Amino acid sequence: MREVDVSRIKEAVKQACGEMAVYCSSDILEKLKERRDAETGRRSKIAMEMLVENAELAAGENIPICQDTGLVTVYVTLGQEVHLAGGSLKEAIQQGVREGYTENFLRASVVKDPLFDRSNTKDNTPAVIYTEIADGEEVKIELTAKGFGSENMSRIAMLKPAEGLDGVKKFVIDTIRLAGPNACPPMIVGVGIGGTFDYSAVLSKKALLRPMKEYNPDPQYKALEEELEREADQLKIGAMGLHGNTTVLKVSILSAPTHIAGLPCAVNICCHACRHREIVL
Amino acid sequence: MRSVTLPMDEATAKSLRAGEAVLLSGTVYTARDAAHKKMHECIRNGEPLPFEIRDASVYYVGPTPAKPGTAIGSAGPTTSSRMDAYTPELLDLGLRTMIGKGRRSEAVKEAIQRNHAVYFVCCGGAGALLSHAVQEREMLAWPELLSEAVTKLTVKDFPCFVGIDSLGNDIYEMEDEE
Ligand code: SF4
Repeated sequence: MREVDVSRIKEAVKQACGEMAVYCSSDILEKLKERRDAETGRRSKIAMEMLVENAELAAGENIPICQDTGLVTVYVTLGQEVHLAGGSLKEAIQQGVREGYTENFLRASVVKDPLFDRSNTKDNTPAVIYTEIADGEEVKIELTAKGFGSENMSRIAMLKPAEGLDGVKKFVIDTIRLAGPNACPPMIVGVGIGGTFDYSAVLSKKALLRPMKEYNPDPQYKALEEELEREADQLKIGAMGLHGNTTVLKVSILSAPTHIAGLPCAVNICCHACRHREIVL
Repeated sequence: MRSVTLPMDEATAKSLRAGEAVLLSGTVYTARDAAHKKMHECIRNGEPLPFEIRDASVYYVGPTPAKPGTAIGSAGPTTSSRMDAYTPELLDLGLRTMIGKGRRSEAVKEAIQRNHAVYFVCCGGAGALLSHAVQEREMLAWPELLSEAVTKLTVKDFPCFVGIDSLGNDIYEMEDEE
């Protein structure tokens, strides 16, 4: 049995919130530069130049890359040999988000109730928390802070098994087309296939955590990811939606076993400000 | 790149064409979802709006809080279509220009043409860069809305494209030279 004090988790969450808002991940920045150089649309190229300059300036001056510093989602994978001491895990995470957002001048973007009380909670809490128990004695915490310009363009479909691969491709490409300029293209697209209605959505968001250079380990899914990337670029949406050959920076798929009658497919649209961090304690 | 001054008169608005790159300088008012809802209530109740709407420019933005010694935090555009429901009545009252990102509804396009207005688009996700074009910020109304409060910005050389011009031409419907 290993003991971990929840105050360490709070500190780690706080630090991650501050960092991910400001520093564009190096793999995303590298990809942006690559696509900027290859962009032939005149206005799209100007937009890509601005995004690269923006990322460099944000890091240099410690300003968030985007004003929508997002709603935080936290995935905790807790080793079953770990005993958490010193208080509540959930409260430690919320406190980490609270301090991370208020002390680093990040935007508070959460309202108390979606319908009946849309007043701001003023500290960007509560974050959405998922907990999972795993073997071992590690505590792994993955965080994302997702803006809602792109989150709002995400979609889910309960496809029929007969629709198969073509149905999935069409749904993903249609979703990217509908997202268009609203999602601040170039986009990073997470796809969750299988599981249940809700689990496919969880997978689609978790797919966004994958590093830019990695693909699905299954060669069939990797091929599908690459095909979807090519097809999405053929939509010619361009950066800022101003037409060009850059529509997506990446498409990542996660899949899960599903029911004999089902083919759930969720598409989580993200922008280049795809903020995520992984902490292992 | 063409430089234009805000507030903008009708003649200048009519001379701009969709797709043109422009640098905006002058006064801009920030307002997004919650502020639009409140402005709509003001109009319905016959109360004054927080700023003179005639020829005004509204920027759909909810910036991050300013650090000490700076005018504003990260300040890029939010998705304009969420303001579509409230926009025609503001245009009919004299709102001249809007700055945001993404497509607008047919009703907004018609109101733009009817009132000789202009919709500008700026680069979503470039909030740090765009914050450099903001020189001053002053609180005008509803501070309890935090980033959604109505504030007055003084901008200099704020980079945009003309998104929808006074003839209803739309940048998102246009081909681009390759
Ligand atoms: S979609 Fe992304 S880049 Fe665009 S405003 Fe939202 S968080 Fe920022």
